[in-house]
Order: sequence, then C-alpha cells, then structure tokens
Amino acid sequence: MTGPVLAALLSHWRRRPFQLATLLLGLSLATALWSGVQAINAEARKSYAEAAGILGGGGLSELVRTDGGMIPVKTFATLRRAGWLVSPLVDGWLSADGGRVRILGMDPFTVPQDTSIAATVEPSLYPELVGKNGVLLASPATAARLPDLEDRLRAIEDLAPNIVLADITSAQELLDIAGFSRMFLAPVQPLLRPDLASLAPELAIKPPATANDLGRLTDSFHLNLTAFGLLSFAVGLAIVHGSVGLAFEQRRPVLRTLRALGVSARRIVLCLVFELLTLALVGGALGIIVGYVMAAALLPDVAATLRGLYGATVNNALTLSPLWWLGGVGIACIGTAAAAANGLWRIARMPPLSPARPRAWIMASGHAMRWQAAGAAVCLAAAICAVTFGGGLVSGFVLVGGFLAAAALFLPTVLSSLIAVAARWSSGPIGQWFWADTRQQLPGLSLALMALLLALAANVGVGTMVASFRATFSGWLDQRLVSDLYVTVEDEADIPAFMAFLEDKSDAVLPIWHVDAEVMGAPAEIYGVVDHPVYAANWPLLSALPDTWNRIAAGRGALVNEQLARREGLSLEDRLPLPGGWTTAVVGIYSDYGNPLGQVVLPIETLTRHYPDVDRSDFGIVVPEQNSEALMAALTEEFGLPADRITDQGAVKEFSQSIFERTFAVTGALNVLTLAVAGVAILTNLLTLASMRLPQLAPVWALGLTRTTLGRLEFTRALVLAALTFTLALPVGLVLAWMLLAIINVEAFGWRLPMHLFPLDWARLGALSLGAAGLAGIWPAYRLARRPPADLARVFSHER
Amino acid sequence: MLLDVHGLRKAFPGSERQITVLDGVSLSLDAGDVVALTGESGSGKSTLLHIIAGLEPTDDGSVLFDGEDICLMDDGGRAALRRNSISIVFQQFNLIPSLNVRQNLVFHARLAGRAASVDLPALATSLGLADHLEKFPEDLSGGEQQRVAIGRAVASEPKLVLADEPTGNLDEDTGQAVYDLLLALARRTGAALLIATHSMRLAGAADRRMHLSHGKLTE
Repeated sequence: MTGPVLAALLSHWRRRPFQLATLLLGLSLATALWSGVQAINAEARKSYAEAAGILGGGGLSELVRTDGGMIPVKTFATLRRAGWLVSPLVDGWLSADGGRVRILGMDPFTVPQDTSIAATVEPSLYPELVGKNGVLLASPATAARLPDLEDRLRAIEDLAPNIVLADITSAQELLDIAGFSRMFLAPVQPLLRPDLASLAPELAIKPPATANDLGRLTDSFHLNLTAFGLLSFAVGLAIVHGSVGLAFEQRRPVLRTLRALGVSARRIVLCLVFELLTLALVGGALGIIVGYVMAAALLPDVAATLRGLYGATVNNALTLSPLWWLGGVGIACIGTAAAAANGLWRIARMPPLSPARPRAWIMASGHAMRWQAAGAAVCLAAAICAVTFGGGLVSGFVLVGGFLAAAALFLPTVLSSLIAVAARWSSGPIGQWFWADTRQQLPGLSLALMALLLALAANVGVGTMVASFRATFSGWLDQRLVSDLYVTVEDEADIPAFMAFLEDKSDAVLPIWHVDAEVMGAPAEIYGVVDHPVYAANWPLLSALPDTWNRIAAGRGALVNEQLARREGLSLEDRLPLPGGWTTAVVGIYSDYGNPLGQVVLPIETLTRHYPDVDRSDFGIVVPEQNSEALMAALTEEFGLPADRITDQGAVKEFSQSIFERTFAVTGALNVLTLAVAGVAILTNLLTLASMRLPQLAPVWALGLTRTTLGRLEFTRALVLAALTFTLALPVGLVLAWMLLAIINVEAFGWRLPMHLFPLDWARLGALSLGAAGLAGIWPAYRLARRPPADLARVFSHER
Repeated sequence: MLLDVHGLRKAFPGSERQITVLDGVSLSLDAGDVVALTGESGSGKSTLLHIIAGLEPTDDGSVLFDGEDICLMDDGGRAALRRNSISIVFQQFNLIPSLNVRQNLVFHARLAGRAASVDLPALATSLGLADHLEKFPEDLSGGEQQRVAIGRAVASEPKLVLADEPTGNLDEDTGQAVYDLLLALARRTGAALLIATHSMRLAGAADRRMHLSHGKLTE
C-alpha cells in the first residue's frame, strides 16, 4: 500500500518541477555554504594538529631554559652523563620564498620513539640525515619554497606544511646558531638520577601542552567563519521552509483524499518523512559537491588569512575525511527536518476532512507576527545579558547573534507599520489597493525578507569593519614605515662599512634588530630602537607616559604592542618581565594591526646587552628628498646586495596591503554568497506567491486594470519591499559593525579599531539589493503581464 | 445486515448554542441496497455520510458495519475499513491532481490490493473515459472528473459506496448521466449505495428514499 501512497505524493513534484528545483536549490545552497566552511575549518585544524604533533613532541615534557635562551651543548652532555634521558632539539626560522619556514633539528639517535618526529622519520633514513650536509625532510609544497636547498631536500607527503625536519647539526648550520632550543624528556627516566636543580638550575621542565596552542589561537577566526556559514545556512533554510510548507499545503486535498481512501495519518507522515529524507539526501549531496568546490576555491585565501593574522600555516589543498561528507549529509537532513517540522506536525494532527487553504496557510503566518515581536524582545534581552554579565568571545557572538535574530524577527512588524503609514498617505484607488495588497503579501514574503535583512546587515557590518580596518591599516602603515629603504646586510662584518657609506647619504640609519622570545608565557618579538626623533614623530602610540621617547632612550622603560597589553592586562607603568629574568616599566602602548604576536620595543643598547645573539642584519634608512632609487642603486653596487635584500617603502607597503586584501577576500566571498542566497530566497517566494495570486488579482483586472499594469505593480512591490528592508538593514549593519570592531575584534585578535563610515559603499549595496529584488521580481511580473485573460476569467467561473 | 446505524447524535458549536444536526438517527442497509438520502442544504447529510465512513467522530450512537462498531475503532481500523470496504464519491470529486486518469482510476484498488482484478479498458469504456486515460484532472470537465471519481470508487470493489451530492457540481443532463452511471455500476458490482442528494427526481431512481430534516431521519 505504501507504494501507491508514495507515488501519489511524489507525483506532486513531477507536476511542479520548478518547486522541486527551488527546494533542492535551497537545500543545496544551505548545505554548500555550511559544509564549505566546515571543510575549510577541518583542513586548517588538520594542519594545526600535524604541526602541533611535530612541534610539541607528541605529548612529551620538555626541558627549557627559564630565561628563554639557548641550552649549551655542555648542559646536554652533563644531563646525559647523569642518567637523564633527554634528546636535543633545535627550533628556528629560515627565510624562504613567500615567507619563512620553520627548521626543526633533532638527534635521530636519542629522540624518544613516542614523538611524532620519530614516527615521521623512517629509521632507514637516519644515515642520510646525520652530518653537516645531511638530507632535509619537508612536504612537497614546503620543499618547493626552498630552491637553494634543492639538492638536500627530500619530499615527504605526510609532513606538516612549512616545516623542515633535519639532523641537529644541519639545523644548527642552517640557522647559524650554537646550542639547543629545548630538549625532549623521555617518558620513562631512571629512578636514581640527580636532581635537575643540581645539574642545570637554569633549566625547567615544561609539561606537555594540554591543548593545541595554534588551534586555540585561531579558534576565533574559525568561529567567525562558522558564524558566517550558519548565517548562510539559515538564509538557505528560509527557501527550504517556504517550499516544503507550501508543498504540504498544496497537497492537503491529496492528503484528505488519501485519508478518505483509507490511508492512515501515520502512514502519510511516514511517507512524507521518506520523501523529505530523499530530498535531503539529493539536495545534501549536491550541496556537498558545491561546498567542496567552494572550499577548494576559498582555501588559498583562508590560508593567507591565517598566515597573516596568526602566523599559522595551512595546506592549500583539501583532503577531507569521510566524517566531513557524512556531516554534510547530516546537516542537510537536520536542516530539512527543521524546515519541515512544523508542516509535518500540522499534517500529523490534521483532521481527515481538513480543507486545503494554501492562501490561508500563507496568511496564517501573519498571526505569528505578534509572537515574532515577542521573540525579538527575548533575543534582544539575551544579547544585552550576554554583554552585561558575560565576557569573552562566546559572549560577543551571543550578543551579535541575539541582536541579529531580534532585528530579523522584528522586521515584519516594522514593515507592516511602514506600509500602513504609506497606505494612509496614498489617495488614489490604485495606490490604496497597492499598499493594502502589499501588506497582505507581507506574511508570505516575511521569511525571505528576513533572510535579505540578515544578508544585507552582515554585508554592511562586515563591509564597514573591513573598510575601517583598511583605512586604519593604511594610515598605520604610513606611520609605522618611517624609513624609505629597508636593507638586510649579507654579513654582519659589513655593518661598519655599511654605516660609513650611509653617513652622508642618509638622514638616519635605523637598526631593525630583534629577537624571537617568550614573553609572559607566549611567543613574542623584542625589538631595539635607536634614539631618533623620527620615532617620536611617527610611531602610532595609543597611550603613553609623558616624555616617552626620552624615557626609552634613557633605558627607563619599554613600549608594548596593543595585543600584548590586552592579553596580559598591562597598563602604563606596570612592570614587564622579560626573558633573562629582568623587568622594565611599560611607558607606552602602540597599535600593531595584523601582528599575531606580542611585541616589545627597547632601546637598542638594552636589547644587545640582554640578548647578545640578536640578529643585526636589518636596517631602515631615512633618505633625504625622495632620493631612494639612487641610493638603492648605489647600495647595490657598493655592497653587491641582491634584489631581495633591499626594498623601498612603497614595495613594503604594497606587499602589506596585498596581504591585507587577501586576508579579507574570504569574508568578501562569503558576504556575496549570502546575499546571492537571499536573492534566490526572494525569487522563490515571489514565484510561489505568484502562483496563488490570481484570486486577488482577477477582481482588480475585472475592474479595469490591465495585465501590464498589474505586472508593473507586482514588480514595484518587490522593489519597494527590498528598499524598505535595505533601509532597515543599514542601521542594523552599522550596529553590527560597531559590535565587530569594539567587541569581537578585541576578543579575537587583541586590538580595537576606530569605526569609519562609508556612505558610498552603502549606496552601492542599496543599488545591489534593489537590483537583486528587481531581478527576482521581473519574471513573476512578466508572467502576470503575459497571462492569458482566460486564466483570470476562470477565477470567476469557479465561484459557486 | 451490512450497515446498522443506531441512535446517532452529532452537534456542532454555534455562535450562541450547540447546533444539533443529527438527533438519534438510525438506518440500516443490506448488501446491494440503493438508498437515496435527501434533505435541504445544511441538514446534516454530509455529516451522516462522514460518520459512516469514519471520517468524523460521533457524539453518541453506534455505526455497525459488518457487525463491527466503527465508532469504537481506532484511526488505523477506520482507515482500513475505508481502504477495503467503503468507497466515497465527493461532490468536489477529490481526484489526485498530479496523477492522470488511468492512475486515479486504479488508485483506490491499488491501496486495497485489488488492482490486479481491475479491467481498466472495460471500466474506462463504461465510464466514457477511454480517450482520456492519459489526461490529468485539470484537463477534464466537471462531469468527466466525477466519472473518474465514480470509477475509482467502484474499481476497488467496495461493499458500500457513499456518494455525497455527486451531481451537485454538474448541469442537469450531465448530473443525470453521472447518476445513472453510478447506479448501474453499483448494481453491477453488488455494492450497497447510500447517495445524498437534494434532487427528488434523482432520488426517485433509488430502491428506498430517506429524508433528513431537523436532525431526524424519516423513510
């Protein structure tokens, strides 16, 4: 018996292929955007896990120097002789094409077998690995970035990106360092061994990381992407909800007939569930394919973002697990269930003789307006509670989510009031009918308009954030890039000659020397500056003690960047503990956009005194009267500097800005996709409504309005509703932008940006939304204008 | 006895007080009986048929079909009864719009598991629908749609056919033709037929006539 029932139910779709296409489109778009974002997140997390496995020693404790410095070889020998089972590790960065790669040097003969490194390197490779010119191991992509080491590199597919694995001697040679960065501690140690404090008091045992630091650091970014995916998913579900609900309602006569013919309500519901499941599987499968393509297209930009914002390296190619595919199908099923639950519930409780009232079903949602307004108030209250009583990134997202949900739920009520006002102002009969009819259409379109509001508000909000960031970043770059030329000398022995050469050719030569170190438990950079007025004139200080630069020059304090200050709660005059066991006062806090790390600025003498191993090869040169090109040529000739060691300010700025643009490319792409889905939602709703509009339009036609006029009015209605929605979305988007800049950004990245307004961008978005609504409205309007008069006349012949 | 309705009561809530449409209605039908049920609009004819079909609950009384009380059956039991033993012909036809004539005709028989015994060409010819089998309901006139509905009802070989104003939407000639067809098919299959109509002329062709007025049924 189930066969004929299913055949009867499914035949609905055969007769309405457009409705089926709409439903599948909504489902696949929702699934695609969600699973695409999840694919990106999964790939990034996989890369973090691989990197953490290699870098973190697979859960082993480590010995490190308490002052963050290198461990001498002698200390290692002392510990081994005393019975400590330790294995040395060298860890540092090497310049490569497109950035830096991490060099990890290990001792194959002592490395504990529990580490990821040991698992990565086949024992048969050991003989080739050891020695000064031993083999270097890297992933194929990383190997390709090191053409100078081509002869020594061997590609290993499974190795984490951006890491080169080497024998400890090779690593020391490549990084030009002596000693070890840290030492692995074997999990099982001899019981009777001397105390660590008696052998090497400068060392401490660092327990294995309990969580993946990189993963934790980048969680905010992925949470951001997930929020966007969720928003797009919700917008897509608006289409599904509309299509499924209408299909249920249109089939009420069939359901009633089936009940009259002896099919139980339970069997009907089961058949409908089966039908929905099939549709979810088909739509989900299509969505997963589209999601995969989308993720593959966006991943390079996401990788650039993660590298730019957090210094995290992510594979550029997608390798997804079966779990992701299953997740995509699962979310399609959950989405379909969520969109259809209400309709199914109503059918399960439907009396056998319930009449079919598709129009009434559409209008019934109008009664929900009051409840929606109440829901909006609850969401707003939740948002306010989150920001008042909560804290952290999750509270920030609850605030944003609650605010957006409240705005969307409140939209129909506000639109209805605006239309009522317009109706009062209009005097002509056509105008009065137009507004009254528009108000009557509102419930049927409200879900699509809510989706449009969310998409537009997200667009305004994120667009304002990115544009504010761009404007601030650009100004900040101008301040921060005080030098006209940036030079890296090849040999530190050349420095005296270099300085002498520049003495009368430049206004200032500013060393850009720094060490990578751990400050207050997290990776950081410590820079040195000379005493020069150019810093006082340009450095972007957010807050500072009076006479800051003199205090710095006198060695009476340090500057810290905003992210370090926010992370550690540092204020002016606080004491800042630094590697090597010394402290200094915070005399200023400066903005440092886009830097994932904490940063400290000290006088150059203090830097070199405390950290004599500092890399001294980088300099900035202030050139008089825009004479950069001539000086570049002279420096190249005099010191034989290759092109990659001398750059002018313009090139650095261009490079930084290109990284910035790439960083936000993914956000822009998701923005456009969400808007496109909202446009499709409006189109499908308008087309759906158009199929049921004849009973409302036929009397007006009979009273003398031409079909063309009716078509024009339908088109105008779509534009008016889109324009009103855009007008309401604008303030919502601006509040969202403020939340992103003042709350989410601070929690996620550690810096706060000033908000700028860009009315031209809004005008462009307004035109775009009108264009989308126009495109969505033109087809139903055209169909109405071309409708045969007999169709309209038939409305009256059905009257009894 | 095929159908024994006894003491049926049914009231609907009105704006001020309950409106009683069936007030202790009793009737009985044997296999092959053709009974016309007349009454004014709103007299409760449809309600009575709906209760007999198990589509609506009753306030009081019993409806014994083949000795079993429909009022005591659960939803599944009533659905099985309609599937296997009772067919309904509605005034509004209630065809499945997305199935063509051929599929609509055999639909009920398929639900009842009796599709194999349906002689579709003969049925279609007797209904005058042989040339319309591939058409969809929206392509047919009202009379043609009602003929499909009648064909669907009798093709499932029910013991009882309930017809609720089957000619109410048709002009006089078409209505007469449809009515004649319904009677002929019911007599041919041996099914009992309870037909609600307010046309006294059509009712005259039935074996018995019953009149429903003010909730009371009189013969």
